[in-house]
Amino acid sequence: MTPLDFVVSLALISVAAGVLGSLIGLGGGVVIVPVLTLLYHVDIRLAIGASIVSVIATSSGAAAAYVRERMTNLRAGMFLEIATTTGAVSGAYLTTVLPARFLFIFFGLVLGYSSFATFRRRHVAEPLSVSNDRIANYFDLHGSYYDPAEHREIPYKVVGTKLGLALMYVAGLVSALLGIGSGALKVPAMDSAMHLPMKVSSATSNFMIGVTAAASAGVYFIRGQIDPIIAAPVAAGVLLGATFGARVLGRVTSKTVRLVFVVVLVVISLEMLQKGIFP
Amino acid sequence: MTDMHAEGGGPRQPPSDALPSEGLARSGQRRQLSPEEAAQMEEKIRKVELAISLVLRIGVVVSVAVISVGLGLMFAHHGSYVSVGGHFSYSKLTSRSTPFPHTFSSLGHAIGRGEGRGIVVLGVLILILTPVLRVAVGVLSFVYEKDPPMTIVTLYVLAVLIGSFFLAGV
Repeated sequence: MTPLDFVVSLALISVAAGVLGSLIGLGGGVVIVPVLTLLYHVDIRLAIGASIVSVIATSSGAAAAYVRERMTNLRAGMFLEIATTTGAVSGAYLTTVLPARFLFIFFGLVLGYSSFATFRRRHVAEPLSVSNDRIANYFDLHGSYYDPAEHREIPYKVVGTKLGLALMYVAGLVSALLGIGSGALKVPAMDSAMHLPMKVSSATSNFMIGVTAAASAGVYFIRGQIDPIIAAPVAAGVLLGATFGARVLGRVTSKTVRLVFVVVLVVISLEMLQKGIFP
Repeated sequence: MTDMHAEGGGPRQPPSDALPSEGLARSGQRRQLSPEEAAQMEEKIRKVELAISLVLRIGVVVSVAVISVGLGLMFAHHGSYVSVGGHFSYSKLTSRSTPFPHTFSSLGHAIGRGEGRGIVVLGVLILILTPVLRVAVGVLSFVYEKDPPMTIVTLYVLAVLIGSFFLAGV
């Protein structure tokens, strides 16, 4: 396989990764890392560097479309970024202390549980109309969005900000430690713990993962993990796919988004457990 | 103050004593806005959203353009990368020992020599900066909306982001 074949084939796979990643708010890394390591036999360190690039590409590519459709809750996203960016920075310094094996097992279990929690909520479509959460009221994190699938404006209230912040800190930590998109924890934190509508959770997660990834991208660049011949097709392909996926999100129902999310989450959690148990 | 449904009810209730500090009225809830104020607020938020979306689009388009130019140069300079029956494998470029710029000085040199891979890395760095830029625009927009709590929140995020680049030793 010549470098040209490599670039073209990887770009095509990246388009698919971008569509999936932006639809469920996980970022393209979920697809990119296994493809690079298993299919192309690329060194895992370089694959993780490419994954960070793909997460930022998903986020920025999709966000332009989402924000315009007002599906992203910018206030809640920015507020929760306090916890994620702090987690990402502290994670970069914990890498030497915590053994990756246990992290994989721990994270695999957490994801397994959150996929179950999301699945149980698959029929819940009506958001909350009152909130006694003092933090959410203080920062006015509530919102509303126009749902093209239901042809109406849907207002919603936010609760559980403390639990949400705690989960977001863990999400940032894990993102820096394991190099995988932290969206896998962000979406359940917003959907299950804070009761944001599923589509808003996905769109807001999409907004946030880019910011979280940027907080550890500098480290990856200096460590020499961003290889141009891998990053170029990944960035271009994922950007294209993400713009498309962002348009799809408006039209499908919340239930569909949740189910796709659950399937992907189960796959990731099994992958994590496997890495932790049989390294 | 249980005026959650006040919008359809009595027109313009007298504003409470919290008037001068709209963003800081902290008895648990924000002061209810009059319809005109609400419309103005909507308009402001819409402008901010459009600005953020524009910043993103420009960043994304520029980075894709730079990456494409870099890739084109890379293939133009190295004939063996594209020859159909060639024996040059991509794996030589994706191993741990592959040389590519990963410090600012080496990146500067590579771009100065017109090397494709240097230009690709530059494009990727522009992409990495788009979320930072987005947060920066967020700070300005919350200042513009006169929302002190959210301004502080966004400033903190921006500070952590910028700090992370310095901590990395960039």
